[in-house]
Amino acid sequence: MILLGRRTLLAGSGAIAFALALSPASAQKKYDEGATDTEIKIGHTNPYSGNASAYGVIGKTIEAYFKKVNDEGGINGRKINFITYDDGYSPPKTVEMVRKLVEEDKVLLLFNTLGTPPNSAIHKYMNQKKVPQLFVATGASKWGNPKEYPWTMGWQPDYATEGAIYAKHILATVKDPKIGVLMQNDDYGKDYYNGFKAGLGKDADKVVQLATYEVTDPTVDSQMIQLKNSGANVFFNITTPKFAAQAIRKAAEINWKPVHYLNNVSSSFGAVFKPAGIDASQDIILALYRKDPADPQWANATDISAWKAFMAKYMPGADLRDDGHNYGYAVANTLVETLKRCGDELTRENIMKQAASFKGYEAPMLLPGIKINTSPTDYYPIQAVRLARVKGESFELFGEVLSNEGSTQ
Amino acid sequence: MATTATTASSPVTAAARAAGHKWWIWLMVAGLALLPLLGGKTGFISNYGFLQLSLMIVYAIAVLGLILLTGFNGQISLGHGAFFAVGAYTSAVLIDQASWPYWATLPVAAIVCFLVGYIFGMPALRLEGHYLALATFALAVAVPQFLKYRHFEWFTNGVQGINIFKPDPPFGLPLSADQWMYLIVLFVAVLMFWIARNLLDSRTGRAMMAIRDHSMAASTMGVNVAHYKTVVFGISALFTGVAGALHAIIFEFVAPDSFRFELSIAILVGAVVGGIASLPGAVIGGIFVQVIEKYADALTKKLTTAVSLPLDLEPWTIYGIALILLMYIMPMGIAGGLAVLWRKLRGS
Repeated sequence: MILLGRRTLLAGSGAIAFALALSPASAQKKYDEGATDTEIKIGHTNPYSGNASAYGVIGKTIEAYFKKVNDEGGINGRKINFITYDDGYSPPKTVEMVRKLVEEDKVLLLFNTLGTPPNSAIHKYMNQKKVPQLFVATGASKWGNPKEYPWTMGWQPDYATEGAIYAKHILATVKDPKIGVLMQNDDYGKDYYNGFKAGLGKDADKVVQLATYEVTDPTVDSQMIQLKNSGANVFFNITTPKFAAQAIRKAAEINWKPVHYLNNVSSSFGAVFKPAGIDASQDIILALYRKDPADPQWANATDISAWKAFMAKYMPGADLRDDGHNYGYAVANTLVETLKRCGDELTRENIMKQAASFKGYEAPMLLPGIKINTSPTDYYPIQAVRLARVKGESFELFGEVLSNEGSTQ
Repeated sequence: MATTATTASSPVTAAARAAGHKWWIWLMVAGLALLPLLGGKTGFISNYGFLQLSLMIVYAIAVLGLILLTGFNGQISLGHGAFFAVGAYTSAVLIDQASWPYWATLPVAAIVCFLVGYIFGMPALRLEGHYLALATFALAVAVPQFLKYRHFEWFTNGVQGINIFKPDPPFGLPLSADQWMYLIVLFVAVLMFWIARNLLDSRTGRAMMAIRDHSMAASTMGVNVAHYKTVVFGISALFTGVAGALHAIIFEFVAPDSFRFELSIAILVGAVVGGIASLPGAVIGGIFVQVIEKYADALTKKLTTAVSLPLDLEPWTIYGIALILLMYIMPMGIAGGLAVLWRKLRGS
């Protein structure tokens, strides 16, 4: 686009050669827009209002975590300036807010933007602008595609793998399964469902009923009745927290008692099982990759104590049973670790490079045996889970760590 | 509504206004056209700023469509967001699926929206007043669902929407994409307002207003009421549809969620707040839609912390208060209110 004369070009390359000769690159401070000697600007969007507002606690937890980091001196002496906007889980709103973050607030990177549809809407834009879209709060499998989208990276285990794990478990444990599926009708729901069907393989016809809902719908009551009437004895519940709670409650109300599999997206006591009713939630099976702080076996774990101290100091009065606090803490820690490793070279390129060089990093809250591993071709940080079922007011883990680690797609 | 509008646009004042005001309107347009050079080059206005300006102009065109229908023809529509959506999707699908250049999609969006408006208008116009309002409202509610419909997904891409890319300025002009699109939007807006002005000054325009003021009298004078009503509905949809197409191009993204029925209400509120029977009112209405609608939330939050109010205000509080106050102080919209103020100042 910029037309260079031959002379400018020559002068320019001379200058570059000169600079290369002089600089021991490591000792130099290098910044992209949004980073200075004193500050790192991080952009974020989250649904603080609207149907998916149960996720709002994640944004608040991340904000509180960064405040803690700043209170403790910041990252290599730089304070985090965290700018977060409400997008109401509405893609057009996300587009507008993200454009504001990148072009007007001039953030260094975008962190943990939430939701598959909102992130899909900005996916191309972020990669065109070459601004990191880091550790997004969605497990869609498309975030791990460094060839086409080198500026976007996921964090949690991807939905397709998780769906396949449930499918294998159903085939191994349920006799003559007839499966009913409730699915949010968007890329997130479809990702789970496609993984699930791939896991069923030749038994894909065991799905007797697929019911869908839109994230803008008020309830899923009619879908639940439809599923019960299909005669299914297994229920795979692909829903975000508000709808998960509705589905669990409705199943109990209409006295439908299938073997119930719930996606990890809604593994929250505060946002899902409590509003749905603890009794109605018993024995629901789901995949976990993080510790449940209420599980007595972790009572003395250092990360859980640290988390409890953090919650008491920075988020007094918050509902400790809301899984968003736990998730937000762990993912914010991963970003801080990435930025620490960047040292004084806070360029967007180096951030992606560091994010793609994790080897066995044990982020707090992760279950023992589950670690963060990435590489320039592996953009899936966490790829292992353990199955668990709801028992009382916590989870009971069972089986081995199921890992898909090392796969790049 | 109808009586106040008559006085505002009686032939004498309209002609005098047209002659007297023309020079400064063109001066303003020229000033706006130079903004990319003045504000953009100095860095005074960011690219995001230009996007905001473009959106204001786009909403002004959308509001203009509704003003033609409601202010000058007396038909109420609560569903203009639907035509906005049709225009936006027409443009986005043509760019995304058929790789059309963005400018070529504008006339197509205009024609499609005219047809949709005309066809929808035919049966709906048997309905009068609030029945028509309800029918159009139903349209506004139905369109987003329609866009999500499973069997249309191959071209609408369902809830995920369509990403398109903003075109770069041609001939290597030293402008950013946002600045260039701002100029395009401004050009289209001037064209649309010019067409509207000429339409209203023509025989058709006089027939439109006659129908608004007294449809039975109009039909006695030989005006084909049903025909005019349907055509005006189509033209109104055309204006709003062009706005929708421009929105898709500058925003680079369309999704059913962008066109929820709140958009229709926003356009109506913009028209009423701006001045329902006034072309400058459309501009004010467009600015209102973009600024107040989008920033009421942030403004409420800022105010709550600034005055440290003890209660937690809902995001829409400021919006509501602003609307109530405006309707009390300026019942004829901001344009009408300013005109009254101007006359008072000159009179004293």
